[in-house]
Amino acid sequence: MSKTYFDETHCAIGHPKSKFMQWMLTVDHKRIGIMYAAVMFFYFFIAVGTAFMMRLELLAPGGQFLDGDTFNQAFTLHGVIMIFLFIIPGVPAVLGNIVMPLMIGAKDVSFPRLNWFTFWLYVVGTFIALASLFTDAGFADTGWTFYAPYSINTSTNVIFTLVAAFVLGMASILTGLNFLVTIHRLRAPGMDFWKMPLFVWGIYATAWIQLLATPVVGITLILAIMEKYFGIGIFDPAKGGDPVLFEHLFWIYSHPAVYLMILPAFGIMSEIIPTFSRREVFGYRAIAISSASIAGIGYLVWGHHLYTSGMADTAKIIFSFLTFFVAIPTGIKFYDWVATMYKGKIILATPMLWALGTIITFTIGGLTGVTIAMIGVDIHLQDTYYTVAHFHYAMLGGVVFLFFAGLHYWFPLVTGKMYNEYHGKISFYLQFVGFNLLWFPMFIAGYYGMPRRYFDYLPEFQIYHQVSFLGAVIFITGLIYMFVVFYKGWTKGEPSGTNPWNATTLEWHLPTSPPPLENHSKVPYVDFNPYEYHHGQPVVKFDYKTMQRID
Amino acid sequence: MSGPYVPEIAIDRNGNEHIVQGWQGDFYGGKLGFWLFMFTEVLMFGAMFMALAYYNTLHPQDFLDASASLNRLLGGINTVVLLISALTMGLGLLNMRVGKVKEAKQMIWATIILATLFLVIKGFEWRAEYNHGIFLMHDQLLPESSLALGQKLFFGLYFTMTGLHGFHIIIGIGLMIWLLKRINAQKVTPDHHILYWNIALYWDIVHLIWVFVFPYYYMIGAGGATGGH
Ligand code: HEM
Ligand SMILES: [Cu+2]
Repeated sequence: MSKTYFDETHCAIGHPKSKFMQWMLTVDHKRIGIMYAAVMFFYFFIAVGTAFMMRLELLAPGGQFLDGDTFNQAFTLHGVIMIFLFIIPGVPAVLGNIVMPLMIGAKDVSFPRLNWFTFWLYVVGTFIALASLFTDAGFADTGWTFYAPYSINTSTNVIFTLVAAFVLGMASILTGLNFLVTIHRLRAPGMDFWKMPLFVWGIYATAWIQLLATPVVGITLILAIMEKYFGIGIFDPAKGGDPVLFEHLFWIYSHPAVYLMILPAFGIMSEIIPTFSRREVFGYRAIAISSASIAGIGYLVWGHHLYTSGMADTAKIIFSFLTFFVAIPTGIKFYDWVATMYKGKIILATPMLWALGTIITFTIGGLTGVTIAMIGVDIHLQDTYYTVAHFHYAMLGGVVFLFFAGLHYWFPLVTGKMYNEYHGKISFYLQFVGFNLLWFPMFIAGYYGMPRRYFDYLPEFQIYHQVSFLGAVIFITGLIYMFVVFYKGWTKGEPSGTNPWNATTLEWHLPTSPPPLENHSKVPYVDFNPYEYHHGQPVVKFDYKTMQRID
Repeated sequence: MSGPYVPEIAIDRNGNEHIVQGWQGDFYGGKLGFWLFMFTEVLMFGAMFMALAYYNTLHPQDFLDASASLNRLLGGINTVVLLISALTMGLGLLNMRVGKVKEAKQMIWATIILATLFLVIKGFEWRAEYNHGIFLMHDQLLPESSLALGQKLFFGLYFTMTGLHGFHIIIGIGLMIWLLKRINAQKVTPDHHILYWNIALYWDIVHLIWVFVFPYYYMIGAGGATGGH
């Protein structure tokens, strides 16, 4: 008989006595998710700190306290942490791990030990990534994209970062694989794909991208390492290689990767909007299918990063049109969310505020993305701050905002306590205002020609950078404020009960809050849709002893 | 409260019972997971084949010349060795499923021996190439040598891909030894052989990749060439 974890410790190896070791070795998906969160937000703050240093340097033209080379390392560090350590594992690793199995009524993911292993692989990857900060050659200065041939020839320590990106990619693949099998195999009886909550759909589409795109960038990084340390010719023109090939291989992964970030975040939105509008979600199937089709089309658009790198005109036009197409399923989702709210009983709790704020910021991020998908416009705006502002609106104003929304939404589920709504809202407004001040001026500066990755600039751009700096200060204040609110909530908050939001999905129908180690004491039979509300009240009711429906 | 796993029952509104699928002992899930993992291997090698094909279109003649100089005899023998090893692996799995544990173990040993043979032959091949001045960071593949760029690209990818493939073989041998230990420890039995199944799948992918590596490296230059060194 196979080993079961039906004992108190739930550990991958042995039965440790100490609480600490029980956490380190845990296979419980909820604990693993919490540990991911701890590690990820630790690095997130390092990256925010680096970003603040850059903003400080950019406060005035000329070099103040970061010289050019250090600035190059700073934006590389910031980009590498934000992308590979924070936002790619991001929502799936934290909320996917904690919430997804609960939502489908599973006791854990399909491969709990693999999940444990993956977490530690991720941790090892983060160490490798940052190890080069402490070597003589210093941290990579290539930008997070490692474009060849510069990455092959630079004297800084690129190899650590490349290896780390490979290891982290591996962790990402294994997470995706685990979730795919979990979603296919462990749904509660009766729950077919059309009865899954939309967050699970988001995780599902994401998992496919993790699985199908990551190996390509993995091997690309290996090839770059082979070139740098074993002298094979592959990307360096001096050896007959083609640097544009690197860009292709890199973006074949890294463009789908941006959907890998946003799809689970959209899933969070699809949970929050119906819950706080007390209405069944509008166009459930359209939202689910648009996730899948974004994942699909997202594969075919990578060329829009190469408009200025040398590519056939036909290819450019095709890539441009395909990129426009991605906007369609995304637009469908937005209309569905807005339609869900129409005539709903909207409750402006903090998660809902974050979701609504994101509708604004992500729309800006998405539409500016469509502008630079146009070839002519992009020739002008490529590698300017316009592009940088675009992706910060999409990633920070989209993914990270929704991540925060999800953290608020599921906070009572994870901790069993409630954060303070009033202070939660203040932190939202601070961050929302700060964020827009921080990045909106950069659209204008970029449009007027402020290039990205420069530590210095012409005096006429100073006003934009000053406003942006002010925005950064407000934003970071709000950020710290929010974490203080979380901390206070966790230590001193009111007990929340199992279903504080009157939500309908299964993770809110657990025996206790926070949930016990084995999750659902009884698994219900799912013959209902995920968001059934009638006159603002949940339709489905359970007898919590047997988990049978009693409505 | 450790104990054997008992699947749970969910009851619907009409009182019907439904078995809840747990992750424990989920044979189908274990297979699905490993298939997906193998798919990532295919993508990794697929990307390298793409790069190879791309450089082939840029330097067609250099690629033919470089390919012609590879040793088709040793490469061919290796292909046969790997194909037979895939057969022994498969037969072993069949034996295991019908309960013939001893025969299954013999087949695994046969596979290990064939895999080792493959590596030995590969080693001789690389050595011969080294002696001809063709190896990573060596003689003709150095930037300053006069070998045609296309040939350098070809050999660079050749060593990368066959090296990575060889690495997979080594991992495979390790896995098979581990599998034998698990069989001896009665952890893998005719009733519970998911580990065996997945390692056999792994081995199939490893030989499948070689089935593509061999023609693309060894055979494209075969026409009109006089054979290996
Ligand atoms: C705390 C708020 C943030 C601030 C103040 C900030 C600021 C900056 C600055 C000043 C740059 C350098 C632009 C340049 O010179 O080209 C930058 C680049 C970048 N940021 Fe952020 N950022 C923030 C949050 C984020 C987040 C949340 C992400 C992603 C999840 C992110 C991803 C990136 C990336 C990928 C780059 C490009 C790095 C490169 O050029 O290689 N940033 N950011
Ligand atoms: Cu893109």
